[in-house]
Amino acid sequence: MSELLLLVESKEGLLDKTTLELIRGGSELAKDLGIDAAAVVVGNETSPLAESVASYGLKKIYKLEHPLLKGFQPEAWAGALEWLARQITPRIFLISHSFVGKEVAPRLAYRLDTELTTDCLNLRIDPQDGLLIRTKPIYGGNAIAALKCAGLPQMVTVRKNAFEPMEKVTTKSDLVDMVPALDESIIKVKSLKTVKEDVVELDKANMVIAGGRGIVAKEDFEMLAALAQAMSKSQGKVMIGCSRPVVDKSWMSSDRQIGLTGSIIAPDTYIAIGISGAIQHLVGMIRSKKIIAINTDPGCNMFKVADVGVVEDYKALIPALVKKLEESA
Amino acid sequence: MKGINIIVCAKQIPDPEVPFSNVSVDVEKKEVIVDAPNVISPYDENALEAAIRIKEEMGGKITVLSLGRKVSDTVLRKTIAAGADALILIEDPAFERLDSNSVAYVLSRAIRKIGAYDLILTGRQAGDWDSGQVGLLLAELLGIPSISLARSIKIKEDRVLVEKTVPVGYEVVEAGLPALVTVSNEVGELRYVSRSKMMGLLKRPTPIPKWGAKDLVDDLERLKKIQLVELSPPPDMRRACLFIEGSTPQEKADKLASFFKELG
Ligand SMILES: Cc1cc2nc3c(=O)[nH]c(=O)nc-3n(C[C@H](O)[C@H](O)[C@H](O)COP(=O)(O)OP(=O)(O)OC[C@H]3O[C@@H](n4cnc5c(N)ncnc54)[C@H](O)[C@@H]3O)c2cc1C
Repeated sequence: MSELLLLVESKEGLLDKTTLELIRGGSELAKDLGIDAAAVVVGNETSPLAESVASYGLKKIYKLEHPLLKGFQPEAWAGALEWLARQITPRIFLISHSFVGKEVAPRLAYRLDTELTTDCLNLRIDPQDGLLIRTKPIYGGNAIAALKCAGLPQMVTVRKNAFEPMEKVTTKSDLVDMVPALDESIIKVKSLKTVKEDVVELDKANMVIAGGRGIVAKEDFEMLAALAQAMSKSQGKVMIGCSRPVVDKSWMSSDRQIGLTGSIIAPDTYIAIGISGAIQHLVGMIRSKKIIAINTDPGCNMFKVADVGVVEDYKALIPALVKKLEESA
Repeated sequence: MKGINIIVCAKQIPDPEVPFSNVSVDVEKKEVIVDAPNVISPYDENALEAAIRIKEEMGGKITVLSLGRKVSDTVLRKTIAAGADALILIEDPAFERLDSNSVAYVLSRAIRKIGAYDLILTGRQAGDWDSGQVGLLLAELLGIPSISLARSIKIKEDRVLVEKTVPVGYEVVEAGLPALVTVSNEVGELRYVSRSKMMGLLKRPTPIPKWGAKDLVDDLERLKKIQLVELSPPPDMRRACLFIEGSTPQEKADKLASFFKELG
């Protein structure tokens, strides 16, 4: 019987949390359909990751190994996964809506002649025909669409946090070695170099202070940095983030962008300074426990979703706030 | 290489960046109602900007290809005002509400009809369905290499050199032409097009070909529509905002500081 298959991803060599979320969501769907849930680990050396994913109640873990799968080359990964899908003809294929997922899933869907739905928030089975009902936000999150598509495998990418991460179980999954038939000639895009930048992981912050297009000068981000410094004495880990226009101006790198096409985070406290609150920004921070908005426009959307608001020019407010925090520290 | 032939795929959508209060959902008709003017989908504008910069550097031709419903040449003529050489609209009732595979298929037919090209640029995702897959699907259909999330694009002889955003920073990759590249906002915003330039263009408009199903697709049964089971408004995001009042910025700052003190 055909299975539900999910793609395992790692972060710094360890199992990524989004994979545990896929396992939770996937296991429930598989149960509803009465089929097995399995996962595939891709790489040139898959054992460590396969071992760690084997403790989460899946039936099988496919170890898809090949020298060309070292690192991440989208064409090689898509080629290997296509090969696997042809061997095992999965009924459902779940992939995270991650960097890897966005690269691999569309290419794979085309090759397997099926229709992909990206960035899903929820998945369920239509009891009538057994097809996946795919719930995804559209128009930035202003509407939620539930879609159905024909084609096998039923294929989706799933947004971070869509499901609770799976817990460990006592049983172990079966490990299955698979060596895909891959040829160097499928790689048409050559990687010349990867330049590591000082990237931040905003999801590790307790407090995020984010600046938007309302911040009129690049130097003014130093005010935000001073605020972060003052806050870090009482608020734990404080990081600086931004909305997209700040990245457009190259004032900040894209790892600091919050929103639909940036990071999706849920810190204890989020301070939005000079950010109007467009839906594509809100979806990235709306789950923050406390939202504080600083904006000169009392009618802006950010105030509608904030717990605390200050209608004020940041140029006057932030230095005064830093001064006060430092005095009372 | 002497002169480059670039095709930019650009979609017209209702402005996706309007306040959320301007967007509503007709649950019965399963339609999103956006109270906003139509614009070119923002990432497609980035793609056009990237194309114009390449053309400025090495010469060549930019053709903008736009598939949509009720496509308006006034919105899309902005692409010509900004620097594109030709605009082709694709519109047909048979092309409405297509799924991503079918959209990519129709675009691939149009590109084959255009004929020769070196580079295809698309935005990384459209601002209405936020699907982010048509570019890569199109490259698969055309059998050409594809690179996504470009933050800078250069042409070197018969190859395209791309800096693409990756989680740890950026990666420099290259592929032989023809190739397809999806463009991200880091490339920069589409250059400013003055009103007078726009008006001038509208006064003596260049003819814009409109292609329909009969021009492009002889196997219409291959096209599939999106199967929308349900459309609903998003969960309510609003919170009751406590506004901090004060007659001076310092007074507001003091009150805000005591709020943080309670938090910390
Ligand atoms: C497909 C798609 C994906 C997108 N993804 C993202 C994303 O991931 N992240 C993202 O952020 N955006 C994203 N966007 C863009 C988004 O729609 C908005 O355009 C963007 O978030 C606006 O940023 P902003 O609020 O900083 O700027 P604006 O909307 O221009 O707001 C600036 C605010 O600053 C205030 N202000 C001005 N001066 C001052 C001052 N002196 N003091 C205090 N306040 C001041 C103004 O009142 C205003 O509210 C996306 C758009 C699309 C179409």
